[in-house]
Amino acid sequence: MKNASTSVAITLKQVQKTFSDGTLALKPLDLHIEQGEILVLLGPSGCGKTTTLRLIAGLEFCDQGGQILFGERDVTQIAIEQRRVGMVFQSYALFPNMDVSENIAYGLRVRGENKATQQKKVNEMLELFDLQPYAQRAIDQLSGGQRQRVALARAIITEPEVLLLDEPLSALDALLKKRLRTDINALLKRLGITAVYVTHDQEEAMAMGDRIAILDHGEIAQIGTAEEIYLSPNSEFVANFIGQMNHFDGLLQGQALSFGKQFLPLSPSLYQSCSGGKRLRCMARPEDVCLMAFDEATVKGAVSHSVFLGDRTRVLVEVEGLQEPVHVDCFERKRYTIGDRVGLMIPPSRLVLLPNSGME
Amino acid sequence: MKKGVFFYLQLAFTLLICAFLIVPVFMSITAGLTNNYFVGIKSGLTFRWVEQVWDMYSNTIWLTMKIALVTTLVNLCVGVPCAYYLARTRSKLSAFLDECLTLPIAIPGMAIALGLISVYGGITEFRMSWSFILVGHVIFTLPFMVKSVLAVLQSINFRVLEEGAASLGASFWQRFFHVIVPNCKTGIVSGILMTLTLSAGEFNLTWMLHTPLTKTLPVGLADSYASMRLEVSSAYTLIFLGMILPLLIAAQFLNRRPKRSA
Amino acid sequence: MIPALVVSLAFFLLPMAKLVWLSFAKQHGISYWYILTKPMYLSSLWSTFWLSTVVTLASLIIATIVGLFLTRHDFKGKSILVAMLSFPLVFPGVVIGFFVIMLAGRQGLLAELSLALTDERWTLAYSISGLFIGYLYFSIPRVVLTVMGAAEKLDDNLIEAGRSLGANRWQLLRDVTLPALTPGLISSGSICFATSMGAFGTAFTLATNLNVLPMTIYTEFTLNANFAMAAALSLILGFITWVCLTIARRQGGSSLGMGG
Repeated sequence: MKNASTSVAITLKQVQKTFSDGTLALKPLDLHIEQGEILVLLGPSGCGKTTTLRLIAGLEFCDQGGQILFGERDVTQIAIEQRRVGMVFQSYALFPNMDVSENIAYGLRVRGENKATQQKKVNEMLELFDLQPYAQRAIDQLSGGQRQRVALARAIITEPEVLLLDEPLSALDALLKKRLRTDINALLKRLGITAVYVTHDQEEAMAMGDRIAILDHGEIAQIGTAEEIYLSPNSEFVANFIGQMNHFDGLLQGQALSFGKQFLPLSPSLYQSCSGGKRLRCMARPEDVCLMAFDEATVKGAVSHSVFLGDRTRVLVEVEGLQEPVHVDCFERKRYTIGDRVGLMIPPSRLVLLPNSGME
Repeated sequence: MKKGVFFYLQLAFTLLICAFLIVPVFMSITAGLTNNYFVGIKSGLTFRWVEQVWDMYSNTIWLTMKIALVTTLVNLCVGVPCAYYLARTRSKLSAFLDECLTLPIAIPGMAIALGLISVYGGITEFRMSWSFILVGHVIFTLPFMVKSVLAVLQSINFRVLEEGAASLGASFWQRFFHVIVPNCKTGIVSGILMTLTLSAGEFNLTWMLHTPLTKTLPVGLADSYASMRLEVSSAYTLIFLGMILPLLIAAQFLNRRPKRSA
Repeated sequence: MIPALVVSLAFFLLPMAKLVWLSFAKQHGISYWYILTKPMYLSSLWSTFWLSTVVTLASLIIATIVGLFLTRHDFKGKSILVAMLSFPLVFPGVVIGFFVIMLAGRQGLLAELSLALTDERWTLAYSISGLFIGYLYFSIPRVVLTVMGAAEKLDDNLIEAGRSLGANRWQLLRDVTLPALTPGLISSGSICFATSMGAFGTAFTLATNLNVLPMTIYTEFTLNANFAMAAALSLILGFITWVCLTIARRQGGSSLGMGG
C-alpha cells in the first residue's frame, strides 16, 4: 500500500454551515491540513466537530461562499461518492448482509475492479489488519475491536485521498482503546494518509494527532500540536478542556502575584509584560506544583483530600485567599493525611498567563 | 439535499398510488349523493338514495352495531384476562392457548364458518339467531384484542407494578383492576377500536353464517352491489364509511403518540 | 384463563376438527383425490396461487418505492398521504370489490376515460385484472406500513458508508437498503399472499364466473351442497395461509388487517 501517492492536502476557506432550522452550526472556518498530516478535531458534543467532518466528507454542503479543496481539486460541490474519501463511522456501519471480505472489497466492487484485483487487495488488507482467520465471518460474529479493524480496512482499500474518522474508538472498552489508538496512529503514519479524526476524548486526541483543533460553539478555539495546546492554552476554555488546571487569581505586586497574605513568584517575562497593581489570573498544571516544607514556602495551605492513583498521588490543598483548592500531583511515594500543613512551590517558568488575561 | 428528478418521480408515483386508494372512496361518496350518476354531478345532489337505503336496510345497520358492540364486550371480558394470563405464565397450556388464539387469523373466514355450520348448524334456534354470527365475530376478532393488550403488557414491567401493589396489601382483583387494567389502557382501547372496525366490516364469515333475517351491513352491501342501482350501492357504502371512519381516525390518533402497538 | 379456552375450544377447535373429519369421512377422503385429479379444482387452485403471487410481487415493488420515499423525505402533507395509505387496511373485501367497480366497471372511471380517448369502454372489473386491482388495493397499505417501519430503523450511517465508498443510488439500493428491508418484505409479502389466497369478499362482489379458490368453495357448498369437498378445499386453503403466516411470524411478523 503506497497511499502517500494518493493522499492530498485539505484546505477549507471560509466554510460555514447553517442548518435548515436556521441554527449556525459552524462559523466561517479557515483550515489547512498538510498532506499526510493527522488532524484531530476535539471538543464537547455540539461544538461543530462532526459537522466539520461531514462537510469535508461531502455528506453535508457548506453555505454559499465557502470553499473546500482537496489538493488543487475544488470539491465544494462534489458529493461524497466522487470525493474519493475513506470514512470510518462511530458505529462502524459495516454491511450486515456481507461477510468480512465482502465488506472490505465493497469499495473496489462498486468501482468495477476485476475479481482478481479485488481478491489481491483484500488479502493485503486482511494481512495488514490481522484479519485472515475472519475473512468469511459474518459481521455479527466479530468482536468490537475486529469490527473496528474491518471498518478501517474497508475505508482505506480504495486508496482515498483523505481518510475521515468519526469517533472510531468510542464504542470500545478503555484498554482496547489505548492499544488501538497507538496502532492506528502508527499505521496512518506508515501509509502517509491525510486524516481528520474526530473525538471528544482529550487523551485520545493527544495520542493520535499531529495537530489538534479544539472547537467550541462552532469555531476553532485553538489549533496546534499537543504540546502547544497543553502548555500554552490561549483561553480558559482550552486550558480547562485539556487536562486539569489550577487558577491563581491575585494582584501583581513587584515580581510576584499576591492573594491574601501569600506570594507566588513570577518569571521576569511574565511580570514585565504587565503593569503593577493589576489583577491577574495565573494558571498551573497539577504536575507542575510541588509540595514543600510548610515553613519555607511563600504559599501555604492544608491538605483537604488525598488519593493514591498508582503512578502518582493527587493531593488537594486548601489555600487561604484562593476560591478553589489547588490540585497537586506528587510523584514521590509519600503519604499525606487530611489537615497536614504543607507549602506549595511552582517554578515560575511553569506558570501560564493567558494572552489577554487582564481581569476586570 | 437538493431535490432532484428522482424526488419528483417518486413523489408522482406515491401520489398516483394514493390516488388509486382514495379516488374510488370519493367516487362512491359522490355517486351516493348524486341524482343520476350517468348524467353526472350536474344532475344535482340529493339525499334520496341515502334515505332509500335507510328504508330498506336500516335493520342491517342496527344489527351490525349490536353485534360489533357485543363482540367488543365479549372480547373485553375474555380477551383482557387471557392476555394477562399469557403474559404471566409460560407453560405448555399457555403456549397451546396462544396458538389456538392466533390460528383464526391464519385460517380463512370461510373455513371457520363452514366448521361452525357443520357443528352447530343443526341447532336451529342458535343457527337462526344473530348470536351465531356473534360467535364467528368473537373467534375472528379475539386474537386482535389479545395481541394488542399483550403487546402493551410485554412493553411495561407489569410484574414489578403488581408486586409493588401487592406489597401495599392489594388483593388479586384489586391489583388487576387498579394496576393492570389502567396501565394497559392504550392496548385495550386500540383493541376495542380494532374489534369494532373488524366486526363492522366482517364479510367472509358473516356471509356464510347469515340467514335472511340476520343480515349485517356488509352482507347487505354485497346484496345491494348485486341487485341495486349504482347510486343506492354508493349511498349504502357511504353510510358504511361514515360508520367506520371515526373509528379509523381515532385509531390513527391513538397510534400517533405511542408507537404502533398492535 | 378458562373463558378464553372454552370459547376457543368450543367455537374454533371443535368446528375445525369436525371439518377435518367431514373432509375425510365421505368415501375415505375422496375429495382430496378429486382436487388433485379434476382439472376444475386444480385450475382453481393454480389460478388463485398465481394471482396471489403476482399481486404480492407487484405490491412489494410498489410499496417499497412508496415506503422508502415517505421515510426518506419530509414535506408538507406527508402525514395525510400516510393516513390515506393506511385507511384501506380495514376496508372489507366487498367494499373493495365495489371500489374496483367504481374504478374499472361498466360505468367506472377507466371506462369514461377510455371512452373519451378511444371511443371504447374498457372494463377490467369483472375479469382477472379486476381481481388483481382489488387485491392490490388491500395489499399495498399493508406492505407500505411494514416497509416504512423497517426503513425507519435503518442506520443512516450504512447509507453514508456506502456512499463514501463510491456506491451510486442503485448500488446502495441493491447492497444496503434492500438487504435491510428483506425480513420485513418477506413477512409482509407472505401476509399479502395469505390474504390474497383467502380473499372472498372482493371475488364475490366482482366475480361473475371467476374460478378462484374461495369462490369454488362457496359454489361447492351452496350450489352443489358438496360439504366434504368444500371442507377439503377450505382446509387446503387454511393450510396454505397458515404456512404463510408462520413464515411471517418467523420474520418478526407485523399486524394484520381485514381479510379481503
